[in-house]
Amino acid sequence: MKRICVFFLAAGALLAQHEYGATDIENGGRQYTNNCVYCHGPEGDQIPGINLLQGKFRRTLSDDDIAHIIREGIPGTGMPAQNMNEGNARTIVAYLRSAASVPASTATGGDAARGKTIFEGKGGCTGCHRAAGVGSRIGPDLSDIGALHRAVELEQSLVDPGAVVLPQNRYVKVVTKDGSAVTGRLMNQDTFTLQMIDSQDHLRSFTLADLRQHSVVTTTSMPSYKDRLSSQEQADVVAYLVSLKGARKP
Amino acid sequence: MRKCVLTMMLAGALSAQSPVTFDRILNADKEPQNWLSYSGTTRSQRYSLLNQITPDNAKNLELQWVFQSRSLEKYESTPLVVDGVMYTVQNPDDVVALDAATGRVFWTYSYPVSPDARPCCGRLSRGVAILGETLYIGTIDAHVVAIDAKTGKAIWDKEVGKAASGYAITHAPQIVKDKVIVGMAGGEYGIRGYILALDAKTGKEAWRFYTIPGPGEPGHESWAGDSWKTGGASVWVTGSYDPDTNLTFWGIGNPGPDWNGDNRAGDNLYSNSVVALDADTGKLRWYYQFSPHDEFDYDSVQVPVLVDMPWQGRQRKLMMWANRNGLFYVLDRVNGQFLMGKPFVKVNWMNGFDERGRPMKVPSAASSKTGTLILPGNQGGTNYYNPSYSPRTGLFYIPSWDNYSSLYVKQDQDFVEGRTFGGGGPRPTTSAPAVGGFNFRSDDDIYGAVRAIDPKTGEKKWEFKMADVTDAGILTTASDLLFSGGREGYFYALDARDGKLLWKASVGGAVRSGPMTYMVSGRQYVAVDAGNSLFVWALRQ
Repeated sequence: MKRICVFFLAAGALLAQHEYGATDIENGGRQYTNNCVYCHGPEGDQIPGINLLQGKFRRTLSDDDIAHIIREGIPGTGMPAQNMNEGNARTIVAYLRSAASVPASTATGGDAARGKTIFEGKGGCTGCHRAAGVGSRIGPDLSDIGALHRAVELEQSLVDPGAVVLPQNRYVKVVTKDGSAVTGRLMNQDTFTLQMIDSQDHLRSFTLADLRQHSVVTTTSMPSYKDRLSSQEQADVVAYLVSLKGARKP
Repeated sequence: MRKCVLTMMLAGALSAQSPVTFDRILNADKEPQNWLSYSGTTRSQRYSLLNQITPDNAKNLELQWVFQSRSLEKYESTPLVVDGVMYTVQNPDDVVALDAATGRVFWTYSYPVSPDARPCCGRLSRGVAILGETLYIGTIDAHVVAIDAKTGKAIWDKEVGKAASGYAITHAPQIVKDKVIVGMAGGEYGIRGYILALDAKTGKEAWRFYTIPGPGEPGHESWAGDSWKTGGASVWVTGSYDPDTNLTFWGIGNPGPDWNGDNRAGDNLYSNSVVALDADTGKLRWYYQFSPHDEFDYDSVQVPVLVDMPWQGRQRKLMMWANRNGLFYVLDRVNGQFLMGKPFVKVNWMNGFDERGRPMKVPSAASSKTGTLILPGNQGGTNYYNPSYSPRTGLFYIPSWDNYSSLYVKQDQDFVEGRTFGGGGPRPTTSAPAVGGFNFRSDDDIYGAVRAIDPKTGEKKWEFKMADVTDAGILTTASDLLFSGGREGYFYALDARDGKLLWKASVGGAVRSGPMTYMVSGRQYVAVDAGNSLFVWALRQ
């Protein structure tokens, strides 16, 4: 496994830090999205005076300190204790530390309104994606994508869509015993069954024993917009995606 | 035949999934394989036309799958099933889509409940509604959320009440045409209740009906002084709808403070009533108050059951209602006319009706500082538990508590916004109902029962008696089966004609929900929540 040694400056003091693996960081990103993003935001900057993803805290914190805060909360503040084991808390620390070393999005200066027009028009994004109740469901629903992911991550998905595909966005192809092939976005799978949403927007559940074959589609069907949109247009689309915070405002 | 079954199974995975139009909801009887609204149909009879499971083969029911919710709260919901996909809740307000044949999860929508939420009597939801391809849930912090039924993503989220003041929604919304209708819980916090309709597409409020009339409105005089401002009159369960009259019917909860009526002299309309509202405008068409000026927490948290049948020589559109106050009622649902009221359990708070159908209260039946013994007790002769009516047997089935009393004690209490506003409370007079554990009660003590009554007379036809009390709803089917359960942790099937026990399963937790049934790929399933889990059975193959 590739090891990533993450060092970063916390409030001006360099503390002894841990070494984290890529898997830790990836898992930590999911934990962060599931547990932290609602209050702290995808950029980690929604609480005044704190920017989690840039290593800015109200006081100097070691990795142990952060893991402790995640698990125990901060009494008397809005930071609740998380029902989380030490290992998972550590993966969030790994994600925060690694995020601090990732450059910010270059797609700055975008206009969300123009981005919406591109999203629904020239870009053809609604042919696969849905946002605020409009568009196809075959691709991931992006209605709250701006509340879950950083601008830099959205930019990457736009220009290099195959680089990072979250497990819940993988496509799977099944072939039934009568030879019918169905491709859809994987929603769940286990030892005996598989669930997907197909191109007709139908929720489908298959018993594996009834299938001739099933496999994850390793290539993404989403094209790169690196050369399809200008830099400004890309920035506009990213700005629009960042603005998609879902139905409920934090 | 075997090939046919296999084809159907595969077809199950391929089953057409079309939007749930309001026309489909209105005509849910035409697709009994589905369960499209909280009570199955807009008439809320909880009677299914499915008949694959019968009194003869019910002994062959076998557990198919279990969904264990990640919540320790009471599980009181009834799931929906739409074209092979089940939608249920995970308390307090998560929504889960599952494969109805296997129980495997398609998606989970996790709702972030506000820390201001303070619902009485359980941090829970009793279910969701669907229209088109959108699900709707009312939340315990008084929001209504529209969710994409295919992806589980929220489409809109509308705050419709102030959670910090005690407003909450705990029931499944009702769909009428293009509107989502919900009512406010919070009667134990001194709210002023209301029912409102939202535009299903946008969440914009279309109309609002206050369950306590404001100044200048008829009925306002039934509240002394400013008591109307904090008079409660909540909604806890889903209403019913009659397309012929375009009326939506809702049961209204107790007046507040619950157990002390000294400062709210009057009938306290429309607490403890059924209200019939024009579904397009929310205007009141008629009401009937079951328990005027209540001090016993007899809120009408029951689903109105709509039945068309001959009544005393002519066909009528009826409403049947087994009320928490211990009486079974038949009303004319076109105009609210009182037709009959009879106790279905022991009752001592009233001794008859006047010529207009108003109950004649026993003079001594009032909460007191020293305590007054009243039957039925505080949980009522029945409660939110779903009753059922079978057109085949012509019987009305009530989850009931009998030999049950409480000692009602009133106390002085000032209103403080966001704090409980009870004005006293009930005290037990018999051994407390057990939750799990052991029972040592004698036959004379309180007991739960499925009670079958003839709605034409109000007379008991049979009962299935349980050692403990029950919070379970009832389902009947076209094969004369009746499904229910109780607090002891059994789920069982009875013969709806005579109450004979046909099958039972120990589910290890209290059944506090209404069972339902559906079909996928030609196979009938029966589902119920018990404990913290949802259980599904079908006939052994």
